[in-house]
Amino acid sequence: MPPIIKVEGLGKQYRIGSDGSAYSTLRETLVNRFRSPFNGAQRRNSEDKKIWAVRDVNFEVNAGEVVGIIGRNGAGKSTLLKILSRVTEPTTGRVELHGRVGSLLEVGTGFHPELSGRENIYLNGAVLGMSRAEITRKFDDIVAFSEVGKFIDTPVKRYSSGMYVRLAFAVAAYLEPEILLVDEVLAVGDAGFQRKCLDRMKDVGRRGRTVLFVSHNMPAVTRLCDRTILLDEGTILQDDESHKVVGSYLKSGLGTMAAREWDDLSRAPGNEIVRLCAVRVRTDDGRVTDALDIRFPVGIEIEFEVLKPGCVLLPNIHVSNEEGVLLFIAAENDPAWQRTPRPVGRFISSAWIPGNFFSEGTIIVGAAVSTMDPVTIHFFERDAVAFQVIDKFEGDSARGDYAGPYPGVVRPMLRWTSRGPEIKTARAANEEITR
Amino acid sequence: MTSETFSTSVPAETNQNDPGGNERLPSPDTPVVVIEGSKSWVPLRLGDLWSYRGLLYFLIWRDVKVRYKQTLLGATWAILQPLMTMLIFTLLFGKLAGIKSEGVPYPIFAYGGLLIWIFFANSVTNSGNSLVSSAHLITKIYFPRMLVPAGAVAAGLVDLALAFTIQIGLMIYYGVHPSWALMMVLPLVVLTTLLALGVGMWLSALNVKYRDIRYAIPFLIQLWMFSSPIIYPVSMLPVKWQWVLTLNPLTGIIENFRIALFGNQPFNWKSLGISTAITFVVLVYSSYSFRRMERHFADIV
Repeated sequence: MPPIIKVEGLGKQYRIGSDGSAYSTLRETLVNRFRSPFNGAQRRNSEDKKIWAVRDVNFEVNAGEVVGIIGRNGAGKSTLLKILSRVTEPTTGRVELHGRVGSLLEVGTGFHPELSGRENIYLNGAVLGMSRAEITRKFDDIVAFSEVGKFIDTPVKRYSSGMYVRLAFAVAAYLEPEILLVDEVLAVGDAGFQRKCLDRMKDVGRRGRTVLFVSHNMPAVTRLCDRTILLDEGTILQDDESHKVVGSYLKSGLGTMAAREWDDLSRAPGNEIVRLCAVRVRTDDGRVTDALDIRFPVGIEIEFEVLKPGCVLLPNIHVSNEEGVLLFIAAENDPAWQRTPRPVGRFISSAWIPGNFFSEGTIIVGAAVSTMDPVTIHFFERDAVAFQVIDKFEGDSARGDYAGPYPGVVRPMLRWTSRGPEIKTARAANEEITR
Repeated sequence: MTSETFSTSVPAETNQNDPGGNERLPSPDTPVVVIEGSKSWVPLRLGDLWSYRGLLYFLIWRDVKVRYKQTLLGATWAILQPLMTMLIFTLLFGKLAGIKSEGVPYPIFAYGGLLIWIFFANSVTNSGNSLVSSAHLITKIYFPRMLVPAGAVAAGLVDLALAFTIQIGLMIYYGVHPSWALMMVLPLVVLTTLLALGVGMWLSALNVKYRDIRYAIPFLIQLWMFSSPIIYPVSMLPVKWQWVLTLNPLTGIIENFRIALFGNQPFNWKSLGISTAITFVVLVYSSYSFRRMERHFADIV
């Protein structure tokens, strides 16, 4: 039986304009044409930087396989999925898909805020490739799955974000193509609903549907996928059983990056108010590190540039472990900037996390800057930096002299006090004997 | 961008690894999608468009539903826009300037022209901006991109139908009786739709690459209005210059649309022929250039 997906020599090249803007103005093109009417095209090309987002990717997927795609940010995962779902065209190579393709690059594609939940189910269903009859047939199941119930005739702009996501995912969950492409859509919604979605996807896989699943959620990948492809810088680094690939990905430190810097501000995460310049992990003596001694404090440093004055900005970090469990969120509390609009300029905010707090393993930090009133997220870089927490087994960490497995998402060094029958000191005991 | 064929050569062998039998074996009618970088010449693939007609329906339905949401007057706007413009024109051009209107009362003369014009102008404007405002769809999901400008044009037909009822009312009021010529209204509306689609589709594709288009559209529309016989009849121009006006494909449409409504003179087949020819040239050219630009939409929009 031939593979259901066949990818051969696939490559996608993006052009980054010298001015950083993706689209050109008419004037620019006209001026270039006028200056050099015969080689205008080449001229422009030579000024541009080109990058390969995906390069020479080959793989095959058999019908019924559930394949995970992992890799750090910018490894080409999303580009690969966009090519497979025909949103964008490859520069080189070829893909053969033997079956209907459904792609879920986000939840709620095509949702219109003014329309009711009912109307959006039809609209979103049509956008995802379902026929009207098919949607009508599945309508009740979709509503039941979404748990929005009596709000089905309310415009979705009045929905809470949780309801919105649940409704959007419910439509997607009832999509029944032969090939399903899913990109990180489970990064939204509450934990209970996420579990429900994961179960539904597992179900989909079991029924012989082929699924390609891009995710940062390593436990989800190992649980859902039999096989995982690891991408780095646009090429396949490893393609094997999921637990092997996920294991080596986490061990290799590919997932860890102690500092991320954005040189070109116009392409950095952010908006016209504030943009992210860098995120770094620092030890208390100021070194950037991706290996933290479990006993010592660590600083997460967010460097950002305020472009427009007058906004109250709240830098915050989102710290999770390698299993994707969110350990905590922390927002800046420096009294100098509480409820104080920031002037234009560059800021560095550091959050200090005490020593003897994390468990051993990989810690992933997301960095964001938001405004609370009204709630606006200026940027949220999900996996901005990561580092390894290492116990050197010198006996003074929380694990003491014990060297075996030590579960738990955090490992605080607590102050213990113990009471019991009075124990006499050796000297007192000696005195008693001699008396 | 991609070529989709319905393969008939897939052998229907049984799957040895799946003793339970697999209902998802590729049957002879399993669609095989081949994705490759496209060459400079891109086929139109009208079959693909046809298979996505359900989505086109929903895009039109969405535009119609959303257009007058949270407005006080709702769909009345579809009538008010041509009606108010007609009143102003009647006052300025009919009464003050005293423009002759080929033997029919100026208000219905102007309203007849405005019906076609407002539909055309709104369709071109909406479809010209449609791709850019649908960026969230284009970057997330595949479907033939032509559906977006096409949906924007088609959604305008609902407004046209509403406004048309007022035309009938006005004609009854002024005692102008339609004749069998009224049958031509439908083909003329179809022709206007195709012309709007041709122009709108091309502008929408250019708009993705050059955001200048957004600012150029209102200007273009304004110029186009004055070079179309909406306020004035073609016969107002000196005979030897009338051919210049005929090069505007809307001239033949509007002129014959009025004849269809009022039945006051025989159809001008020559100007209609020219309009039809230009419309098809525009439509074919813009379809091919749209397909050629289409592959970069998701990367640059």
